[in-house]
Amino acid sequence: MTQVNRLSGGQIDREKTLNFTFDGQTYLGHDGDTLASALLANGVRLMGRSFKYHRPRGVLTAGSEEPNALVELRSGAYQEPNTRATVAELFDGLEAKSQNHLGSLKYDLLAINDRFSNFLTAGFYYKTFMWPKAFWEKIYEPIIRRAAGLGSLSLLDDPDVYDKGFLHCDLLVVGSGPSGLMAALTAARSGGDVIIADEDFVLGGRLNSETFEVATQSGSDWATHAVAELASMPNVRVMARTTIIGAFDHGIFGAVERISDHQATPLDGKPRQILWRIYSKQSIVAAGAHERPIAFENNDRPGIMLASAMRSYANRWAVTADQTVVIFTNNTDGHRTANDLTAKGVSIAAVVDTRATAPTSDAFEVLAGAQIVDSKGRLGVTQAIVELADGSRRAIDCGAIGVSGGWNPNVHLTCHQRGRPTWRENIAAFVPASSLQNGMLVAGAAVGEFSTASAFRSGADQANVALQALGLKPQSVELPQTEDAPVSITPFWYVKSGTGRAWIDQQNDVTVKDIKLSHQEGFISVEHLKRYTTLGMATDQGKTSNMGGLAVMAEMTGKTIPETGTTIYRPPYTPTAIGVLAGRARGMDFHPTRLTPSHKWANEQGAVFVEVGNWMRAQWFPKAGETHWRESVDREVLATRSSVGVCDVTTLGKIDVQGADAADFLNKVYCNGFAKLAVGKTRYGLMLREDGIAMDDGTAGRLAEDHFVVTTTTANALGVYRHMEFAHQCLFPDMDVQLISTTEAWAQYAIAGPNSRNLLQKLVDDDVDISNDAFPFMACGKITVCGGLRARLFRISFSGELAYEIAVPAHYGDAMMRKIIEVGAEFDVVPYGTEALGVMRIEKGHAAGNELNGTTTAVNLGMGRMVSKKKDSIGSTLSERPGLNTADALVQVGIKPVDPKDPVPAGAHLMNADGPVDAANDQGYATSACYSPNLGHHIALGFLKDGANRKGERMRLVSPLTGIETNVEIVSAHFVDPEGDRLRA
Amino acid sequence: MIINHPLLGPRDAAEFTYLGDAKLIERPDWTSKTAASEFYEYQYLRDNPAGLHRELWFHEAGDRSWLVVTRDTTTHEITSVELARDVARSKGRSK
Repeated sequence: MTQVNRLSGGQIDREKTLNFTFDGQTYLGHDGDTLASALLANGVRLMGRSFKYHRPRGVLTAGSEEPNALVELRSGAYQEPNTRATVAELFDGLEAKSQNHLGSLKYDLLAINDRFSNFLTAGFYYKTFMWPKAFWEKIYEPIIRRAAGLGSLSLLDDPDVYDKGFLHCDLLVVGSGPSGLMAALTAARSGGDVIIADEDFVLGGRLNSETFEVATQSGSDWATHAVAELASMPNVRVMARTTIIGAFDHGIFGAVERISDHQATPLDGKPRQILWRIYSKQSIVAAGAHERPIAFENNDRPGIMLASAMRSYANRWAVTADQTVVIFTNNTDGHRTANDLTAKGVSIAAVVDTRATAPTSDAFEVLAGAQIVDSKGRLGVTQAIVELADGSRRAIDCGAIGVSGGWNPNVHLTCHQRGRPTWRENIAAFVPASSLQNGMLVAGAAVGEFSTASAFRSGADQANVALQALGLKPQSVELPQTEDAPVSITPFWYVKSGTGRAWIDQQNDVTVKDIKLSHQEGFISVEHLKRYTTLGMATDQGKTSNMGGLAVMAEMTGKTIPETGTTIYRPPYTPTAIGVLAGRARGMDFHPTRLTPSHKWANEQGAVFVEVGNWMRAQWFPKAGETHWRESVDREVLATRSSVGVCDVTTLGKIDVQGADAADFLNKVYCNGFAKLAVGKTRYGLMLREDGIAMDDGTAGRLAEDHFVVTTTTANALGVYRHMEFAHQCLFPDMDVQLISTTEAWAQYAIAGPNSRNLLQKLVDDDVDISNDAFPFMACGKITVCGGLRARLFRISFSGELAYEIAVPAHYGDAMMRKIIEVGAEFDVVPYGTEALGVMRIEKGHAAGNELNGTTTAVNLGMGRMVSKKKDSIGSTLSERPGLNTADALVQVGIKPVDPKDPVPAGAHLMNADGPVDAANDQGYATSACYSPNLGHHIALGFLKDGANRKGERMRLVSPLTGIETNVEIVSAHFVDPEGDRLRA
Repeated sequence: MIINHPLLGPRDAAEFTYLGDAKLIERPDWTSKTAASEFYEYQYLRDNPAGLHRELWFHEAGDRSWLVVTRDTTTHEITSVELARDVARSKGRSK
């Protein structure tokens, strides 16, 4: 219960004590702690089990680059796996669980994997699990599936709310360490709009972890004042807890701001996280640098961590991993940790420095020219085994080892737009390419300026470069006085002695041996190394491991590290919840819902609705007592064909085409002719794609010499409009024609059936003559209804009945439907939905989306002669290709079952009555099917080779996968009223 | 991506839909003796440059203009944006 490893000082608030649990055990921490710092304070070093070998692991770092300490936070539906304990802000009541063990964390049954490590090396799965064949599905796969992955999901719906937002700025500064803060201050003082973002909950970067003074203040105090100044400026937005997850095109950045993750429950009305799109004119990546380890045998034990992380834990969080520490370093930074820990009363058992010329110390023993070659302590390090310069070995007792192998500039974001880092020999590290896309600038440690003074200078300089580019006045800034130590590093990547495993990538359990195996097997390019070993492919993207892996491979191949090259970092910078990418677009809000003008009325009737794209359309209108949809649909069909029915067809695309060249324009987009269409007449039109495939069909009504109304199918409304605008603007730019989509402007209802004229008579005003002579089949016109309301009337029929479509301005749609029902009561008018609509058009043999399926031509639809050869239209030339006009081309037919009880399912294929059932003998397929209440059996439309000449033929309709084989007869597609008498009544 | 519309200024690419190579403007003459093969090439043959590409974008959620955008396919840098109608006319297209 007591925090045995707490030190003095730090930036935590000891007044606020917080309770939290880890694996069911309760501990205490303080405000300002992370889960990792609080666990270390309580003497907990063991925090997880590794991915493949289930080795006991603890924290390696103090930041978001952490590979090991991945925990499950929260419980129930809020549970989130793979959270880094190093960035999880501690709050009162925090619940966390370790991951990836069978049984307890301490006694993980799957640790047996570690004993079979020889069989589980990199790429082992390419060489195993193949025999016996039957074992794959029943044994290997289920086991692998259970063992795979880190952490577990609750499998409950994510209850959190996420939002999206858009921000604009002159300058985006990524990172709030010394260079970032200085860059933001410099730019903001010139009046530029600045956003500064940091993933941490306290801004200041390494200033909060080091003990250098900055202008006579502590680094963290200086940072606090700088942040306060920035926050006070109206042209600055300070964003803490905000990770810039990606650099995208043209200065657009993605950012995730964590609003509520540091609280037990989200604040009222606040989302959990926000996804920001930040549009920046200039950007400065001040993302700092990550320390890298040195690999040695058994370098992955709990308590072995980066030396700089030890300084963060000691200076910011007042915590040490153990009271006795050994340091392993190849540069001056390791000594810094030894000094800082000594100042806090921690015992430094030794500083093991690979350099023969290592500086000495009065406070602790320095072993120059020495290496750590092994460690002991399965559940937590107990000893470091050191090989001295003279070759002798010494075992040093300790509870923690701080490892410092140098620093890697954090180039991640500079790679997203394909920037390839370049090698800088004097720091033995990669820095961002000198010229980056979209003018991205880099400052501070991220560009290899490692001292605090050079970081400040770099930030100010880059800010002035950005200001110049923005056309703002550069600022001369007084830089605070602070340390400016040079970098002194002798590259040392891994310890060569020893026969055991030395870890390079701790999250994916990739060792030096694995890299050597990759080389041995011929996977020597850096891209192959990555995929073969999975080095750098875990959730940390190899931030602490890529460098080490490269170095080993470089040595194996005899190349230099820059010659070996790097792989590409990609967004997101750290793992990102799918929920925040979805934002509010979930469930019914996934896309907008479009309702027709009669929707409210249809809802009152208890209609059953179906989604058609974004639209909700009434599918059928069940009456009291009806228990099955077929009852409703059959009734609607029979009632419409015997008297009159009404259907909302507003969703079909409507495009107004106006202008002196309107008719010529339609002649270009339709394969059939429209130039000679008389005013007051409508014509069916077929639109082809340029390759001759049918694209859409509909009607065009000529309301005036220079005014047409074009209809499209519901699904293609957008596409046809787009296509027509393309034709106008790109192909025929001088045609005097204007297009406008009017789909939503007009409510449109089909009124169909023998009594449709009688019903309509009760709606149209007295001066409107809708007799068969005055308004014959395919007439159209502007009329008024209901005492002066402007309307458009089209005598067109999808059902094959005597039918009209009446259009009124959309805001009259609800009233119009109610009026139709009211005056139609006399004729038992029945509302019908999309199902009945579908049945009737199949009975009539009208093609629809199933027939215009993206592979069919006018010839297939039985409309070959409709494609005019006398004019140019889109698709006309390529439609004449011989391959589309063979003698046995598919042609639309009707299909009926020989046994009237049999269904004739759409999608089934037509085979000859005898012979094999296989693809080579495929004769065609059924496209649309339904039960016809008028005929008393199922019917279908379909395509059949040379179908026009095969009426009456007996065939088989088959679906081998689903065990269907039905005897059918090929008939005319026009099952009902083939002569069209009803249409012309 | 940001597309600098010649009339409306910078707009997010999300307001547009993409069609493809601006070569689609150069639709062949159907009366040509070799119309069949010209249309075949027009429809199916494309360069696939790693570099500058002239392409058609439709401002569907904006002013419904078609634009010819010159974009580097490797860097996504956009170097010019023109009204497609102007490009079509400059290539002699009319009615």
